[in-house]
Amino acid sequence: MGILIFRFALILVLIATGGFLVYVIKQEKFIYRWAYRILLAGFVCHTIFLIQQYYILGVAPVITLKSALAFFSWTIIGAYLVCHLKFRLMVLGSFLAPLAACLMIISTTIPSVEITVKPIFRSVWLTIHVGTIFTGNGIFALTFIAAIMYLIQEHHIKKKKFGSFYIRLPSLQTLDMVNHYSLMYGFPFLTIGMITGAIYAQYALGSYWRWDPKEVWSLITWLFYATLLHERLAVGWRGRRAAMMSIIAFMVLIFTFLGASLWLSDYHSFRSLESQSIP
Amino acid sequence: MIHILNIGMNHETAPVELRECLAMETDGITEALAFMRTMPSIKEGIFISTCNRVESICTTENPEEAKSAIISLISLLGDMNEERFISNIYILEGMEAVQHIFRMASSLDSMVVGEPQILGQIKAAYSQATKEKTAGVILNRLMHKAFHVAKRVRSETGISDAAVSISYAAVELAKKIFYELDGRKILLIGAGEMAELAALHLKNQGVSSITVANRTFERAIRVADAVGGTPVSFEEIDSQLVDVDIVITSTASPDYVITYEQVKGTLRKRRNRPLFFIDIAVPRNVVPKVNDIDNVYVYDIDDLKGVIELNRAKRQQEALKAERIVKEESIKFEKCLKSLAVVPTIISLREKAETIRQTEIRKSLSSLNGLNPTHVRIIETLTQSIIDKIMTDPILLLKQKADRPSRDMYLDMARKLFNLDQNHNEGGTDEYQ
Repeated sequence: MGILIFRFALILVLIATGGFLVYVIKQEKFIYRWAYRILLAGFVCHTIFLIQQYYILGVAPVITLKSALAFFSWTIIGAYLVCHLKFRLMVLGSFLAPLAACLMIISTTIPSVEITVKPIFRSVWLTIHVGTIFTGNGIFALTFIAAIMYLIQEHHIKKKKFGSFYIRLPSLQTLDMVNHYSLMYGFPFLTIGMITGAIYAQYALGSYWRWDPKEVWSLITWLFYATLLHERLAVGWRGRRAAMMSIIAFMVLIFTFLGASLWLSDYHSFRSLESQSIP
Repeated sequence: MIHILNIGMNHETAPVELRECLAMETDGITEALAFMRTMPSIKEGIFISTCNRVESICTTENPEEAKSAIISLISLLGDMNEERFISNIYILEGMEAVQHIFRMASSLDSMVVGEPQILGQIKAAYSQATKEKTAGVILNRLMHKAFHVAKRVRSETGISDAAVSISYAAVELAKKIFYELDGRKILLIGAGEMAELAALHLKNQGVSSITVANRTFERAIRVADAVGGTPVSFEEIDSQLVDVDIVITSTASPDYVITYEQVKGTLRKRRNRPLFFIDIAVPRNVVPKVNDIDNVYVYDIDDLKGVIELNRAKRQQEALKAERIVKEESIKFEKCLKSLAVVPTIISLREKAETIRQTEIRKSLSSLNGLNPTHVRIIETLTQSIIDKIMTDPILLLKQKADRPSRDMYLDMARKLFNLDQNHNEGGTDEYQ
């Protein structure tokens, strides 16, 4: 049942992605409107799937890499849908939807394993920790995409090339604003996620901070974003430099999400999360 | 014989320092027109003064006298000796003058070919001349024809696209950088027509303020008035750079006006807000390296032309088309002007016939007593139609010969045959109405 809904959501997201890509080439508004609606429908299906999973597992469905990728993709689409309400930036969808769709496809290719959720995971702190961290990640994906778009557009304007990108991409000011706002809204989520993580660690493992590689890398990620936000607000960084920095910060974030979990971490790793014992 | 005379200087023949001496407001033009009116050799006159040109257009029967009159007018207005400007002016007569005026109105003679402002400036100068009653029949016809030519050139060729689309391209680019132009601030350095035009274009897009800087503060005031901005001195550019978002430069300075260090220095104070330079000047006013600074974008006139991708070949073709229209229309005007030359003779012919008719009727009526008003009216009509019928053929012939080389011979003959010059002691060409 759950898998079916997820598959359905994936199909909708793929169709929407196709629509967004056609939109960016053809520049027909009605294509965009339909793609947007289909994406919204896909998002709703995905949400139903997540709620169902939550009820079955009793914990946010992020314990396996498979489910974590799907959840990440859900937050990216969610962040985009909210962002659309404020900025109405159609072309942003053409960049974000493929990213979200990719993550969902990777998620489906990973074989599912039967897991039993450890009782210790059934904690409201863990749910908040995971929910906020992932929301932050989703919003930062937006920051990242806006930064890439900014660099492309900036390159075209500086080099005085007026090709198809120049016409289709929005103004530098708009992209910088998206970058700015998504950074401002994403950062509190990341921060709350880390704090609740520490609280949960104290509650479940008996100490706030265990120098686990994932913890360390999360802190590094947080420091990157904190620096960027500080430079933006206090020093007045903007434009190209801010865009570069948010791309680097997102790379660190992705490494923390995947790299640290797969190869470095100890109790944060999916292997240990899936397994029965607690280290 | 009446002559059209055009004496002037433009951006090609005179340096800006010289043109500046003659740049003037409506009051100055009133003075110039008043001077023209007092000169016996000048029949009609129009005076045009813009940033890029000073033109006097007049009609005269005595071109040599009129020329020296206009030259003394220029030296009076500019408060300078003739030697200072005599090599910078052009003196055009007859059809050359007509063609030049048509080219000027069509913006073919502008610094930025095709810029539309010049037409408005000429129209303003003409309307002032009509108000001051210095423009008469010939100049009326000439100017209306010039406006007609300008209209044809604009609608039939793509010559004005280039200039308009430079402003348009500037606006488009600004929107790609700033998204909205609402509340943005412009700094205008220098006083080129094109720059003013671009500034006005941006203003229409919601730009909140325009500041104008110029080496000569008076000109800054003048341009600021024209675009609805505030004038500042040239030294204030540094502090202005901190505030504004878009800078349009168009000074005639041979050196760079905006340097790399200058912009780099202000960027911190601006908190890295984007700064967009539109450099319309040739040679350029902004150091090209400024474009390398983060959040600063520099576009010179060639870059903007690149935006509109109007290729040279096409522009030249359009220019050829425009020149053809100007030629065509000046030939038409020449014809029309020549037909004007026969008008005085026709008028005196009619007047003579009418005078004879009136005298004869008066004589006859005094001896014909007891006629009722109806009879008097019948006699009036009868005599009127007799002289009309007699006059029709000679008048038609004169009109036909108006644009032939034999015209003067026929005119002479007609005047002798009807003995026009003895009865009516008018110069023959003074009055046209």
